[in-house]
Amino acid sequence: MTEHPFAITLDAGTSLANRTGSWRTSKPVYADHLPPCNARCPAGENIQGWLYHAESGDYRAAWEVLMRDNPLPAIMGRACYHTCEDACNRGRLDQAVGIHAVERFLGDLAIREGWRVEPGPPTGKRVLVIGAGPSGLSAAYHLARMGHTVTIADAGPKPGGMMRFGIPRYRLPREVLDAEVERILAMGVELRLNTAIDDIPRAMAEGGYDACFAAIGAHLARRVDIPAVAAGRILDAVSVLRGMETGAEPPKLGRRVVVYGGGNTAIDVARTARRLGAEEALIVYRRTREMMPAHDFEVEEALEEGVLVRWLSTIRRMDEGSLVVERMELDDTGWPRPTGEVETIEGDTLILALGQDVDTTVIERVPGVEVNKDRTIRVGPDLQTGHPGLFCGGDMVPSERTVTVAVGHGKKAARHIDAYLRGAPQESAPKHAVAGYDRLNTWYYTDAPRTVQPVLDALRRQTTFDEVKGGLDETTALFEARRCLSCGNCFECDNCFGVCPDNAVVKLGPGNRFRIDYDFCKGCGLCAAECPCGAIDMVEEEI
Amino acid sequence: MTQTVKFYQTGTLTVGNRLLDSDKRTVQASRNRSNALTCGHRACQGCGEALGARYAIDAAMRAANRDLVCVNATGCLEVFTTPYPETSWQVAWLHSLFGNAAAVASGVAAAMRVKGKATRVIAQGGDGGTTDIGFGCLSGMFERNDDVLYICYDNEAYMNTGVQRSSATPPAARTATTPAVGAAPGNVFGTGKNLPRIAMAHGIPYVATATVADLHDLEAKVTRAMGLHGARYIHILVPCPLGWGAASHDTIRLSRLAVESGLFPLFEAEHGEVTATTPIRRRVPVAEYLKPQKRFAHLFRPDAPGAQEALDRLQAMADANIRRFNLLSAEEAVR
Ligand SMILES: Cc1cc2nc3c(=O)[nH]c(=O)nc-3n(C[C@H](O)[C@H](O)[C@H](O)COP(=O)(O)OP(=O)(O)OC[C@H]3O[C@@H](n4cnc5c(N)ncnc54)[C@H](O)[C@@H]3O)c2cc1C
Ligand SMILES: Cc1ncc(C[n+]2csc(CCOP(=O)(O)OP(=O)(O)O)c2C)c(N)n1
Ligand code: SF4
Ligand code: SF4
Ligand SMILES: [Mg+2]
Repeated sequence: MTEHPFAITLDAGTSLANRTGSWRTSKPVYADHLPPCNARCPAGENIQGWLYHAESGDYRAAWEVLMRDNPLPAIMGRACYHTCEDACNRGRLDQAVGIHAVERFLGDLAIREGWRVEPGPPTGKRVLVIGAGPSGLSAAYHLARMGHTVTIADAGPKPGGMMRFGIPRYRLPREVLDAEVERILAMGVELRLNTAIDDIPRAMAEGGYDACFAAIGAHLARRVDIPAVAAGRILDAVSVLRGMETGAEPPKLGRRVVVYGGGNTAIDVARTARRLGAEEALIVYRRTREMMPAHDFEVEEALEEGVLVRWLSTIRRMDEGSLVVERMELDDTGWPRPTGEVETIEGDTLILALGQDVDTTVIERVPGVEVNKDRTIRVGPDLQTGHPGLFCGGDMVPSERTVTVAVGHGKKAARHIDAYLRGAPQESAPKHAVAGYDRLNTWYYTDAPRTVQPVLDALRRQTTFDEVKGGLDETTALFEARRCLSCGNCFECDNCFGVCPDNAVVKLGPGNRFRIDYDFCKGCGLCAAECPCGAIDMVEEEI
Repeated sequence: MTQTVKFYQTGTLTVGNRLLDSDKRTVQASRNRSNALTCGHRACQGCGEALGARYAIDAAMRAANRDLVCVNATGCLEVFTTPYPETSWQVAWLHSLFGNAAAVASGVAAAMRVKGKATRVIAQGGDGGTTDIGFGCLSGMFERNDDVLYICYDNEAYMNTGVQRSSATPPAARTATTPAVGAAPGNVFGTGKNLPRIAMAHGIPYVATATVADLHDLEAKVTRAMGLHGARYIHILVPCPLGWGAASHDTIRLSRLAVESGLFPLFEAEHGEVTATTPIRRRVPVAEYLKPQKRFAHLFRPDAPGAQEALDRLQAMADANIRRFNLLSAEEAVR
């Protein structure tokens, strides 16, 4: 140290010697908050994470991040009810990001390009999956990625479960379904079709399996007793839709088809009836449109195709070529009650779409397994039944019945089965706090209306099973991906690096984000305030 | 249905953006920016002046290929950067007095010319040093059309000596010399100077206003000014958390609200004529800008004398700016 004049302690030179970081009472910390879309995806997708790559046009990387959680993006981009979009913060700015549309684009691109996923290094463990629906397929995929040897047994003639025998082609083309199933099988997963399992412990013992995941769905159509004259044709929706796939010819429906029920299945079967040539397809539902379990956009699409709906009505009797319906009204609690007013309507076919129950016969017999009152199977938080090593998921366990939930269960079960096979508890990463709208500094986002997916013309929608909704092309998908606000996760906009009056943010270069230089950060909080996506927290310093 | 792909995730409103071509990013987005005003300076937390000076001088450094001299008036910017024996400046830098920065810069420019050097010259100071004590020197520099870019960092009072009123202090603002007492609390309406318009009246080649809230705009103006010769003037609004009684993290938000309310119009003028204005994107009432600042707290006390009248007059000022500069003419600026 040189001799200093009186009251001077620093060598002449730069102010870098002056560590102004000591002034700080709170400090900025980079954090990855949970984007609301991710939080609401039943399959646990890292949506913001894959959109990030799609934004730069790196679709392969985007697809790979997507595939970490969901092996069926082309299917999900079509069939999923995208609860993520209801949660999307952009919805409060203009319109939600069309997440499903970009997902579908990526899924279709992967099929076109033949992108594959490699199985993990073999562990020598064998797992039996019962049911090749979305839940079973998802479990098989994730187990294969972990290196386990997987066999899927399915009672049906083709894989896919309700994705094939429920969801109609005009919403999910079978080439797409086949391609995504094939990709899972290409990982070395064995699929045995026409193989109904009737004794699970025996099947496991005979095949030498170390664990089992059962996802047999809910296929037993619920019925109600409707008095009918002998000639009255009463069918159930699931059988009709199944007949579309299995029969040599499509099922023969009458000219005037009446569908009873208000769920998505009712809508699908009515739209199918229209396509099969029914002059009239009428949905009869006990309650109001608002109370319909079917999604509003599906009701809308059905109405566009000429499907008729009679709300607040029940069916009392079926006669030759006609039905007797009774008008309902809502009581004070909003529950529908009969009014006694009846009316006769024309109809030669009645299709019941009143929901499905689980066929519990096979699983009930397994020691330790418990069946709930509503015929679902009781499982723990790890999706394991009371029978060690037997896990269940999808429609057969208590939860929402969607493809997405089923896929999520498959992933979750795979993780717990893997832990079970390793004899180690399954560790899940701690959940980050949700990046709500309040975290955003929306000033930095410019307005951009949502990209509209092309829709098939009305005539073809009423006469063919061609897919109704079109996909995005490369530019529209890129545009849509770039509408993402990247909630709670740094996207390297350089704002923090720019706005620091103390030059205390260090830019680490593309992909590496930033670092705070706490020697000089005074804790003013400008970086956190001006971060568009809320990726910086101000944390109190311990003083 | 092809759409042109734009960067809607952030447009070009952010400092950088990995999706943007590098030539469309700001100087500040670059790891190679000169950091003309570097770390270790003693400005308050969230100081708008420290930020504005780095923004402006870094942009000027790029434009001048780093061949630049800065002359600084007395004031916070000088005091917090150069307490002997330290300096935070990574640019040739010179300080003489409170009131003579423009004259010293004129001298430096003349010296460069004599020596046959292309070195560019900037003079900079606070609003007090510019609109009050340094005004004579500045007006002379303008009038002679000396080859100097003068940048005023306007924090609307004499901050370095404890927040005294300057001729850039807005009406109704409380300062140490305009206390919030009496029938018309705070600074008096109908006083003060509008230096950008006075500069325009000198007919100099270039005049512009900018804020620390719009970096692209600020850098474009500095770059434009550096592309010209003769006397040029840029007036940058730089909120002062201490003097304005605002949160340190609100510095940029307040600059933005000053613009969006119409109180601080962004424009460019050449040879006395307005050539461009930056339209308001999301208009806000002046109250939204004033409320987070304690210097205007007396306008929001229900029983305060004359508060509503003062707010109305401030709103009228904003409305007049909007009319004068046609700030709502363009549709929302999607850039
Ligand atoms: C008409 C209709 C439309 C739908 N539309 C949508 C939609 O648009 N979006 C959405 O998210 N969800 C939709 N769903 C719900 C969705 O299809 C189901 O929630 C989902 O398929 C459940 O998946 P899973 O794997 O649990 O069962 P499933 O898909 O039902 O698959 C179960 C599989 O197990 C097999 N199996 C059964 N028992 C045995 C046995 N003993 N041995 C071997 N194999 C057996 C079956 O053959 C079947 O392949 C729809 C459902 C229906 C009925
Ligand atoms: C001739 C003279 N008078 C008074 C002072 C004291 N003084 C130093 S800085 C300053 C205020 C500067 O205000 P401004 O120019 O607005 O800059 P700010 O500090 O607000 O950035 C004053 C009055 C001085 N240095 N010289
Ligand atoms: S804006 Fe992007 S990250 Fe935010 S919720 Fe929507 S899709 Fe998710
Ligand atoms: S008093 Fe104001 S201008 Fe001066 S250093 Fe502090 S914040 Fe900056
Ligand atoms: Mg000042």
